[in-house]
Amino acid sequence: MSPTISCSSVYKIFGNNAQTLLSESGGNVDAKKFQEAGCIVGVNNASFDVNQGEMLVVMGLSGSGKSTLLRCISRLTDATSGKILIDGEDICLMNNKQLIELRREKMGMVFQNFALLPHKTVLENIAFPLQVKGVTTENSIHKALEMVELVGLKGRENYFPRELSGGQQQRVGIARSLAVEPDIWFLDEPFSALDPLIRKEMQDEFLRLQSVLNKTIMFVTHDFDEALRLADRIAIMKDGIIEQLDKPDNIVLNPATDYVRKFTEDVPREKVLKIESIMDATDPHASGEIAVKKDDIIETVAEKILNSKEIIKVVDGKNSVVGSINPSKVIKVLFGG
Amino acid sequence: MDKNYLNIIRSSKLAQFGILLIVFLLLYNLVPHNEGNYFWRLPSLLAFIPIKLNEIIYAALYEWFPLKVWDPIFEMYEEKAAFREFTKSISKGLLFLITFVRELLLGGDKIIDVFVSDAWLKDNDWMTWPALPWTAATVGAFLLGFQLGGIRLALLGGIGSLYVSIFGNWVPSIQTLSFVLITTPICFVLGLSFGIWGYLDRKVETALQPVLNVMQTMPQFAYLVPIIALFGLGDHAGSIATIVIATPPMIRNTILGLKRISPEVVEAGLMSGCTKTQLLFKVLIPTARRDILNGVNTVIMQCLAMVVIASFVGAKGLGLNLKIALNSLKIGKAAEAGFCIVLIAVILDRFTKAWANKQVDYFENLTFFQRYKLLIIFGTSILIFSIIAFIANGYFDKINYLYVIPIEKGFTFAHYIDAAVDWVWETFFYSLNSFNKFLLTEVLGPMKKAYLGMPVVATLTLTMGVAYIIGGIRTSLLVGGMMLFIAMSKYWDRALITMYMATFAVIMASLNGIIVGSIFAQTERGSKIILSVCDFFETFPSFVYLIPVIFLFNITDTSVLIAAIVYATVPATRYTVWGLNSVPLSLHEAGTMSGVSRIQRWTNIEIPLAFPTIMLGVNQTVVFTLQMVILGALIGTEDLGQLIFGALSRAQDGPGVAITLGLFVSLMAISVDVIVRKWAEERKKALGLA
Repeated sequence: MSPTISCSSVYKIFGNNAQTLLSESGGNVDAKKFQEAGCIVGVNNASFDVNQGEMLVVMGLSGSGKSTLLRCISRLTDATSGKILIDGEDICLMNNKQLIELRREKMGMVFQNFALLPHKTVLENIAFPLQVKGVTTENSIHKALEMVELVGLKGRENYFPRELSGGQQQRVGIARSLAVEPDIWFLDEPFSALDPLIRKEMQDEFLRLQSVLNKTIMFVTHDFDEALRLADRIAIMKDGIIEQLDKPDNIVLNPATDYVRKFTEDVPREKVLKIESIMDATDPHASGEIAVKKDDIIETVAEKILNSKEIIKVVDGKNSVVGSINPSKVIKVLFGG
Repeated sequence: MDKNYLNIIRSSKLAQFGILLIVFLLLYNLVPHNEGNYFWRLPSLLAFIPIKLNEIIYAALYEWFPLKVWDPIFEMYEEKAAFREFTKSISKGLLFLITFVRELLLGGDKIIDVFVSDAWLKDNDWMTWPALPWTAATVGAFLLGFQLGGIRLALLGGIGSLYVSIFGNWVPSIQTLSFVLITTPICFVLGLSFGIWGYLDRKVETALQPVLNVMQTMPQFAYLVPIIALFGLGDHAGSIATIVIATPPMIRNTILGLKRISPEVVEAGLMSGCTKTQLLFKVLIPTARRDILNGVNTVIMQCLAMVVIASFVGAKGLGLNLKIALNSLKIGKAAEAGFCIVLIAVILDRFTKAWANKQVDYFENLTFFQRYKLLIIFGTSILIFSIIAFIANGYFDKINYLYVIPIEKGFTFAHYIDAAVDWVWETFFYSLNSFNKFLLTEVLGPMKKAYLGMPVVATLTLTMGVAYIIGGIRTSLLVGGMMLFIAMSKYWDRALITMYMATFAVIMASLNGIIVGSIFAQTERGSKIILSVCDFFETFPSFVYLIPVIFLFNITDTSVLIAAIVYATVPATRYTVWGLNSVPLSLHEAGTMSGVSRIQRWTNIEIPLAFPTIMLGVNQTVVFTLQMVILGALIGTEDLGQLIFGALSRAQDGPGVAITLGLFVSLMAISVDVIVRKWAEERKKALGLA
């Protein structure tokens, strides 16, 4: 199956003569040189795929180009060069009409500061993408009511955005982005403007929604913990370059660059790593009754493993033995050394 | 010279100002005062400008692009200039709309006359549209208020129109209202369109800025003469003058509102799949609604502020009544008309705000009668009151009071006001008079003499020097160019008189405003109170300020200056309060914890931080003052305003003179604006407030 989103050599460079500078450089962009020439490099040679139903989290500090990358893929800004395929079609080559069509049918986006329309109620905000599409008022309101229920805002349909808390406003933003039932869901730092406690709650809510909806997601954040919690895969960006793109546990175990290591250093490994990453090959002595799954996060099964006197089996989803686990390795993860 | 001194001068603005002052004083005293000396007065090389302008206007009206136009009376083709036909059709269209609304409410047959022949109308004299009885209109205003904002607005609308009716101001009020109801939407549409255009295209915005600056700082009088030349006299001319004056703030508000929309909201609209049109009408304009509505509000206020001035070019209504009352020194009558204008302003203001905030309820499940209940009541009441009024035709022999109460028969409180004025006049005559005399001989007279005795080279050095120290070489050249333009006309002496009056009024108004604003801004409640007082005073048409001062100080510079000071104190106060309120709370707390006294806090923390904002208020004060000083020509001053006013009665060369002089006043205001704005910007940056 071809990937839902596919980027190859995407560049975004801000400035007047970006195009000529880029073609002169032959794709080898040095941010400093460009800056001297009056250009700012937003995205520097990004190539990656996102598969159907996968959640890719783009992580980076402010100015790293993560939001710019997202906006290139949704074509809120035009990439300076490169190919961006959505379901096999190059979005950079689409005309305005095709683009509107694509956004109306396939895309939804959630924004950092909610971006709700201040003059519309919760219900009207959620129904908005349907109404610009030409759905009748009755049908769009009906659909919006469904979405209100989905994000747990029942009873507040007629509130104005200003009457809601930040978390509630973002629920409206989420409901609005889902109203047209898009395949692809873009989220631009959706929880960054929220208090820590609300943020945790919204992340849980988000995971619940995703388990039901199973969208293809690009999620931008500056919070590495959030990325670890949510992602199928993480892309870490710095100065427009994707430093590493991998599964969360691989990033923690094998940071590709010093920059990535700075993030992973303080991450409690047991909260990220799965049994799989520390298991040994099948041990003939592992004959006991107790087994853990290879997808279990170490923290959740550590107690069970350390309390056991036997060597523990590791099984896969179908309950067949794929390896064994040595408690000493768990101890190493938990306490270092 | 020692290098050290040079460095001090370069780094210290105070030293620079000191040197500038010394140079200015030297020039002032050393340049001989005689005609023919170009350092004393420049030759009037630009004296041809008003004449050329006139030639252009008249050529456009009578010569350029001739068209063959069929004349139905003489039954032949006639050569007419395209431009004149164009202005004529605008006049006709506007006049038709205004008359239409007017007759809809007051009755008449002028509109019917448009559609049928005169002869037929004469034969069928039953064919006139019936007037709306004021009783029904009152019920209508009550119901409309109820629909828009519940019982409070209902009472405002109901009592307001009841007052207007029984005090005999029904007819002029409707005349004014019809004027506003037609002018406001035109300003709205024009302002919104230009605003959107400016927002979408940066080049358009850059081109609009200076045009708007000039339009907003031109004295209103300066527009009147050219408008008479182009459009003739009548309600439509007043409407056009108002459109010219009220549209710029609408454009500015629209651009401001659209620019303030967060880019995320635009992106959200795009990601929802909006087309360009949908984005504009469903996302951008509604999101900027607050600023756009502020613009509408300003437009309505400007319309009402203009009703008196519009009456100079033939607009009927309350403005005309007020003008006539003022001319015949009936201060009570003038005050009554003024009160009606303010009342209409307040009602329209509240109603439009409530209407804009109305929301749709999707869960309503109403029957036809429930939904249109109020409309049905209104319809029925029109019917009932009209029938009663019609039947009463037989009962009243001359005037049917159920249709309209004429002004002579209405209630009035004019004589109480007159009596009060008389009392003040009799009681304080001597003290007021001696104050007036003192001010004229000891302060204003010498000041005027000093201004007139200023060699042109000294004036230019001073203004350009200040501009250079504050804004650098570009600002200096800009300001210098504008001043030079005035200096090379033959009106420089008049301009100096205008400058002296403006300077005096600006200083006094700013002091008043800063003091009053500072006192009230100490508490939150005080701020609120003083801001709503400012709101209240700003609904007054500028004219109203002249009413009391004429009585107290006769027709002298003092009256005009006092009116100008009172009028211009409003923005100075408002900006002071804004500036003081914007001082961050943490700084107040830091000050308190450092143990400052109230006075120390004011001088050391509040004023320095609020000063850039206060200066923007002073900027406004300059514009307000100039407007009032020019308006003062009405009661006789001898500055530029007098000439502009005089141009009103000179059809031949009037338009060119009025535009040129208006432009001069506008250039003076803009010069100050350029310098002050630059300064405030830098200062805010330095304080980390921008």
